[in-house]
Amino acid sequence: MPLNTKANLGNPDGFYESLVGAHDGLSEAQSEALNARLILLLANHIGDLAVLRDAITKARQNIPK
Amino acid sequence: MNAPLIDRYPLAFKLYPYARSADQDVATPARHPVVIVGGGPVGLAAALDLGLRGQPVVVLDDHEGVGQGSRAICFAKRTLEIAHRLGAGADMLAKGVVWQKGRVFHDRDEIFDFDLLPEAGHRCPAFINLQQPHFERFLHEAIERANAGGAQIDVRGKNRVDAMQADHTGALLDVMTPEGGYQIHADWLIACDGARSPVRDMMGLGFEGRVFEDNFLIADVKMTADFPTERWFWFEPWFKSGSSALLHKQPDDIWRIDFQLGWDIDREKELKPENVRARVDAMLGADVEYELDWCSIYTFQCRRMEKFRHGRVLFAGDSAHQVSPFGARGANSGVQDADNLAWKLDMVLRGQAPESLMDTYCQERVAAAEENILNSTRATDFLTPKSSVSKAFRDAVLSLAQEFEFARPLINSGRLSVPCVYDAHALNGEDALEGPARTRPGAPCPDAPLGNGFLLDQLGPDFTILSIGAGLEGTFDVAGQTLRVVAVTEDEAKGPIAERYLGGAASAVYLIRPDQHVAGRWPSADVAKIAVALDRATGRVTHAA
Ligand SMILES: Cc1cc2nc3c(=O)[nH]c(=O)nc-3n(C[C@H](O)[C@H](O)[C@H](O)COP(=O)(O)OP(=O)(O)OC[C@H]3O[C@@H](n4cnc5c(N)ncnc54)[C@H](O)[C@@H]3O)c2cc1C
Repeated sequence: MPLNTKANLGNPDGFYESLVGAHDGLSEAQSEALNARLILLLANHIGDLAVLRDAITKARQNIPK
Repeated sequence: MNAPLIDRYPLAFKLYPYARSADQDVATPARHPVVIVGGGPVGLAAALDLGLRGQPVVVLDDHEGVGQGSRAICFAKRTLEIAHRLGAGADMLAKGVVWQKGRVFHDRDEIFDFDLLPEAGHRCPAFINLQQPHFERFLHEAIERANAGGAQIDVRGKNRVDAMQADHTGALLDVMTPEGGYQIHADWLIACDGARSPVRDMMGLGFEGRVFEDNFLIADVKMTADFPTERWFWFEPWFKSGSSALLHKQPDDIWRIDFQLGWDIDREKELKPENVRARVDAMLGADVEYELDWCSIYTFQCRRMEKFRHGRVLFAGDSAHQVSPFGARGANSGVQDADNLAWKLDMVLRGQAPESLMDTYCQERVAAAEENILNSTRATDFLTPKSSVSKAFRDAVLSLAQEFEFARPLINSGRLSVPCVYDAHALNGEDALEGPARTRPGAPCPDAPLGNGFLLDQLGPDFTILSIGAGLEGTFDVAGQTLRVVAVTEDEAKGPIAERYLGGAASAVYLIRPDQHVAGRWPSADVAKIAVALDRATGRVTHAA
């Protein structure tokens, strides 16, 4: 299954609020740790290395200067 | 270069004291088919293998034996199997500490464990721990036994190679001894002269790669303790003696302890016995009694030469490639270089294979070195994260691992040495068997019980046919050669040997290389097909890529 880049979130606003809200009250280092833990948990759920590599490539492309 | 011959390190065992050679008293340089520079584990293994094959070999080493300090301690199953074929394995197994399990801790908590050989039916264990000087001594004793049986392996101590000229006929060497210099000519030169390889420098060849910015302190301590014979590794240990730590048992009540110190350190200060003791005490508890046996601080690099063959000069072991110790891939892969090189060079010297066969030594062992460097680099990046993000992910893995099973396989304290499968290489023949993946062409043969012994004892030293329920026995004539057949009858074809070599197939015929890698396999004996595979495996016919 290729990386799904079509809209797939049932409740986009709710997800976004949870994601940003999770960082409330954390220092920058703690936020970095949270992000790392989150990425690892999600990556394991996806499991497929080809999909993950595709996501990594797409995330890396067009990083704002 | 007429610098005096001074030992660069103290000896643990004096094995080959300087003795004057007849080559020092001749007007024109004596010619030898094979000269090996360096009598470390790799040079000795190569010399022994070639010597047992009937080739006269000269080994030049600038010392008279093995250096002190244990350096390598973990010797892997494949290395032991090779040592067994060379007649040195039994001594190593008798002296070494057998192990196969490891545990990884974070702070105080165990977060991961592994078992390197969860299946039975192999002669050799996954690993033994044995001090490198003993490993080399056992190889040298096997050389002496081989010589007593007629082999011609001439190991010359205090013979330092100072200069060389290489061309298509080999190399002319300037050798320095306590009694002055002499020259010899090598038709083939094998450079096993270690990571700083003078031969590599003399030829102006590069050695590129990555340096890792970290220092590790080794403290080998002598104590009687009842920790299990497992590899214990701590990330951020509670006893705070380093940002990581390792504890591992060696023979003679010696324990290897290793602490990660970081980059900006004062080496001299850290090596003071009282400072080493402070770290060890914190780890073991102040009431544990021990002696410091050997201490050293090392840094490491992952790098390799672009090519391991330069005309008639072949590079093997640390001279050709270097990795971090995490994974025990240094000496282990070097011995496998020797294993790959010896039979090929023997066939070339006998005129049974073209010189181009030596290119496949380079191709196959470069692939192995790449695999080792990849594994070693990944482990090192986990141990020594090179950026704050890399550290954040590493720490995230460690913290998640306590709670969630999924994160445990991501923990990397070194992926321990396994032999390379030469997938898609030029020497591989046909795979016409619907057999197990682990015994596909290019793979090293897995061991299995056979008769009263083990399969690997019967494979080699030459090309061998393994017939499993395929009706062959005795010898098999193919392409003008007579190959020995190892016959497994239909009745014997069950258990591990069937699992490992038949899978779902009813019968099988394997063509096996002298280094016990699979060259090709078929459901039954087809002379024409085996002839094609044999010609390919010996480089006599190169296949259109
Ligand atoms: C701390 C540490 C731990 C390690 N642990 C492990 C482990 O557990 N398992 C593992 O597999 N590997 C391990 N290694 C790696 C292992 O020690 C090396 O890979 C191995 O010694 C390489 O063998 P070699 O024969 O290629 O070279 P070396 O052992 O370096 O031998 C080279 C020889 O050449 C000689 N020489 C050099 N120059 C000349 C000259 N000009 N003329 C004549 N002779 C010369 C030297 O004196 C020496 O005898 C470890 C290394 C370190 C530093």
